[in-house]
Amino acid sequence: MIHLTAHEQLAALRTGATTAEALAQQHLDAIRRLEPKLQAFLHVDETTVLEQARSVDAKRQRGEPLGALAGLPVAIKDVLCTAGRPTTCGSKMLQHFKPPYDAHVVERLRQADAVLLGKTNLDEFAMGSSTENSAYQVTRNPWDLERIPGGSSGGSAAAVAACEAPLALGTDTGGSIRQPAALCGVVGLKPTYGRVSRFGLVAYGSSLDQIGPFARTVADAALLLEVIAGHDRRDTTCVERPVPAYTQTVEQPVAPLTVGVAQEHFAAGLDAEVEQSVREALKVYQQLGATIKDVSLPHSQYAVATYYLVATAEASSNLARYDGVHYGHRAAKFDNLIDMYCKSRGEGFGAEVKRRIMLGTYALSSGYYDAYYLKALKVRRLIKDDFDRAFAGCDVVLGPTSPTPAFKIGEKADDPLTMYLSDIYTIGGNLAGITGISIPCGFTRSGLPIGMQLQAPPFEEEKLLRVARMYERATDWHTRRPLP
Amino acid sequence: MSLTADDVQWVAHLARLELSAAERAALARQLNGILDYVRQLEAVPTEGIEPLAHPLPLHNVFREDEPSPSLPVSQALANAPDRQGDFYGVPAVLD
Repeated sequence: MIHLTAHEQLAALRTGATTAEALAQQHLDAIRRLEPKLQAFLHVDETTVLEQARSVDAKRQRGEPLGALAGLPVAIKDVLCTAGRPTTCGSKMLQHFKPPYDAHVVERLRQADAVLLGKTNLDEFAMGSSTENSAYQVTRNPWDLERIPGGSSGGSAAAVAACEAPLALGTDTGGSIRQPAALCGVVGLKPTYGRVSRFGLVAYGSSLDQIGPFARTVADAALLLEVIAGHDRRDTTCVERPVPAYTQTVEQPVAPLTVGVAQEHFAAGLDAEVEQSVREALKVYQQLGATIKDVSLPHSQYAVATYYLVATAEASSNLARYDGVHYGHRAAKFDNLIDMYCKSRGEGFGAEVKRRIMLGTYALSSGYYDAYYLKALKVRRLIKDDFDRAFAGCDVVLGPTSPTPAFKIGEKADDPLTMYLSDIYTIGGNLAGITGISIPCGFTRSGLPIGMQLQAPPFEEEKLLRVARMYERATDWHTRRPLP
Repeated sequence: MSLTADDVQWVAHLARLELSAAERAALARQLNGILDYVRQLEAVPTEGIEPLAHPLPLHNVFREDEPSPSLPVSQALANAPDRQGDFYGVPAVLD
C-alpha cells in the first residue's frame, strides 16, 4: 500500500480496502525499517500517529463529512510549528522548543483530516542545499546512501522518495523544495510568493520563503497544494485570491503551449547527463505539440550573488529573536546581559547559520548597506523584469532544476560558495516571487535521478501543474522507486 | 577591500555572536571568498533602477482592530529558559 500514490491510497481508504490505522501502521513500519539508514525524520510519535488515524476511521464509520486528505499520512518539515510537539528547525537552539500553536498549513492538514506522520530533517533553519547542516543527523539519498538528498528540505524529499510518506511539506527560500525533489526523484512545487500563508513557519528570508508540497506524482502535488493554499489574515503577505481546483484541471493538457528555453540555464558547470535529459524533455514537449521558444534571462547569472545578500540580510534580522530570553537555548554561564546573548547564540547556532548571520549583518552595516544590500535589491528588480519579459512570450520556462545530480556526503561541506551554486537555477524564482515545479526527467548512467524545472508567472500554479502532468503522462520516470 | 580579523570581530559584536578564534579565522577566509563573488554585482548598471525589497506589489495591509483572546501567559512563558512568576528572567541590567 505504501508504494501507491496519495490518490490511490485515498481511494483505498474510501472504498474500505484499508483503514487509516492500517495505512498509518504500514508507514510506521516502513519508517522503522528504513530510518536506521535514511535518517529522514527527526521526530515520529507512533502513539499520536495511530490515535489520529483511529479518530479518522471513527469519523468515517459515523458517516461524518471527511476532509480531502482523510486518513492519509503527511510528513512535515521541522521548520513548521506543531502545537505542543518538538519543532527544532534542525538547530540546537530549539532542541527543547515546543510551539504553543500550529502553523497555518498544519491547521489546514488537520482540517483536511490528514494524519501528521512526523517532522522531517533539514539544514539548520533551512539554510543549506544538502541537509548536512542539521545539528542532529545526516539524511541520506534513498537512491545512493553515500550521497546527500539535497536541501534544505532533504528529509521531506527522502521520506517521499522512499515511500515513508505519500506526501510531505517543505519550504523553499532559494530552491529548498525543488532541488531536493530533483535529487531524490520526486515532484516538488514552490508556490508563488503569497499563495500559501507562512503563519507558523519559522522565518529565514521573509521576502523569499514559501511552503509547498512534495509528492510522487504531479496530481498528488496538486492535491496537497489545494489543501494548503489560500488566504490567512495572520500572514499579511498572503494574498486574498481564490484557489483554483488544481486536482480538477491537472489532467487537461495546455494547448496551444509555448515552452520557453533560456540559454542561461545551460551554462558552464551544468552536468552533461543532466543537460542531455533536459534537452530530451524539450523534445517530448515538441512531440506533444508545444512550440519551443528561446527566451532570455540576461541577469540570471547574478541571481546567486543577489540571493546571498538579500537572504542573509533578512536572516540576520529574523534570527535576532534567538536571544536566550523568550525561548530557545540559553548559555549556562555568562557575565552580563550582552554576554548572555553572545554566548547563547554562539552555542546554539551551527556554522552555516553563523556564516549567514555574519554576512547579512555585514551587508546591512553602516557604510556597506548601499554597496551590498541596496545594490542587490536593484539587481533583484532586473531579475524579476527578465522573467516578466520572458513570460510575455511563453507559458512556462523549462530548464534543469540543479546543475548536477546528488553529490557525495561531505563533498562540498568545506566550500560554502560551491554549495550555494547548486541552487543557481532555482534562486531566480524566489527573487522574482514566481512559481516553479521540479519533476523527474531521467536518470544518470549510475542510477541517480535527474529533475527538470518548469517555472510559470505568479499565481499560474494551475497551468504549471497541467504542463508538468503532460510530460509525466508521456514518460515513466516518476514510476521508478529506489530500494534503500 | 577585504575583511580583517578585526572586522569579523566587530560584525560578530553587532550580531551578538560569540565566536572562537578558530571560527573567526575560518569566517574571515570564507566571508572574503563570498564577498569577492558577490562583488560581480558592481558590473551591473543599476542607475535609476528602483530597489525591489519584496516580490508582491503590496503596501500596508490593514485589518479591523477587533479585540480577540491573546496567547495565555502560561503558554507564552512555557518555553522561557528562565521564568520568574509571570515574567522572563534576565541578568540584572542596572547595578
